[in-house]
Amino acid sequence: MSALWYATRATGEVALLFLTIVLALGVTSAIRVGGRRVPRFVIAGLHRNLTLAGLGFLAVHIVTTLADSYAPVGVVDAVVPFGSAYRPIWLGLGALAFDLLVVLTVTSLFRTRIGFRWWKALHWAAYACWVIALVHALGTGSDIRTSAFLFFAGICCALVLAAVGWRLAEGGQDNQAFRLGAGLTALIVVIGIGVWTVRGPLEPGWAKRSGTPASLLPKPVAVTSPATGAPAEGDGG
Amino acid sequence: MAWRLRVNPITCTGHGLCAELLPEAIGLDEWGYPILGPVPDRLLPLARRAVVDCPTLALKLERDGKS
Repeated sequence: MSALWYATRATGEVALLFLTIVLALGVTSAIRVGGRRVPRFVIAGLHRNLTLAGLGFLAVHIVTTLADSYAPVGVVDAVVPFGSAYRPIWLGLGALAFDLLVVLTVTSLFRTRIGFRWWKALHWAAYACWVIALVHALGTGSDIRTSAFLFFAGICCALVLAAVGWRLAEGGQDNQAFRLGAGLTALIVVIGIGVWTVRGPLEPGWAKRSGTPASLLPKPVAVTSPATGAPAEGDGG
Repeated sequence: MAWRLRVNPITCTGHGLCAELLPEAIGLDEWGYPILGPVPDRLLPLARRAVVDCPTLALKLERDGKS
């Protein structure tokens, strides 16, 4: 494995960190935090500029993935989801999150042309963008088994849940049923991702199940299936 | 020809970001809604930024004289 492959993994994780911070900042400005000590235009400026910085890391993430010869990923796979030879679903989610992020950024930069209502309606997709990026990181990330990465992913989830909870709690008495539902949905999504992580990427054999080309898999050895205790040579290789 | 700011009182929700960016021309009333003053030419770039950065796009910058 080359330095490019390590650069891909590192910049991907940094981009996820930026997305998390940017989402939290967006929530912060939506609920009008700010005042003398932390002016609102500073929060709004950070929200915009950290998004652009995160896009820079994302550009390096994508270019190093394409340039590296380890995984067979083409230029088209970076933009068009679910078509790649390498882990099509989980890499595809990354392409989808990238597309969404570009749309969100461009529409925000041209917000005055698009009009507030359209921009706002579209900007709700930022939550989906973060979730998709997180699942991409967990599903295709090579560092899933390192405790540092899992800790980092947990921190990101906690930050976003805290931001969402804060936003929902700020609303006062209006739409309480909706707020409760939205909060529960957010909780269920994050718990669902956690359960899926334990039963999917953290289980042995994920590299094969996620669609890694056979040529990149380690040479088949007699793997013991954890559930039955029976040798699972039949579906290996 | 001078420029002036106008606020759409329906879309404005009183974030107060504009007054932070351009305190020379924008004050806030006691509920946090903007009170707009004249915009000198040297402050036009900041006025444009206040218009673009308004969280609800409620500010407009227009030429004085025509409505």
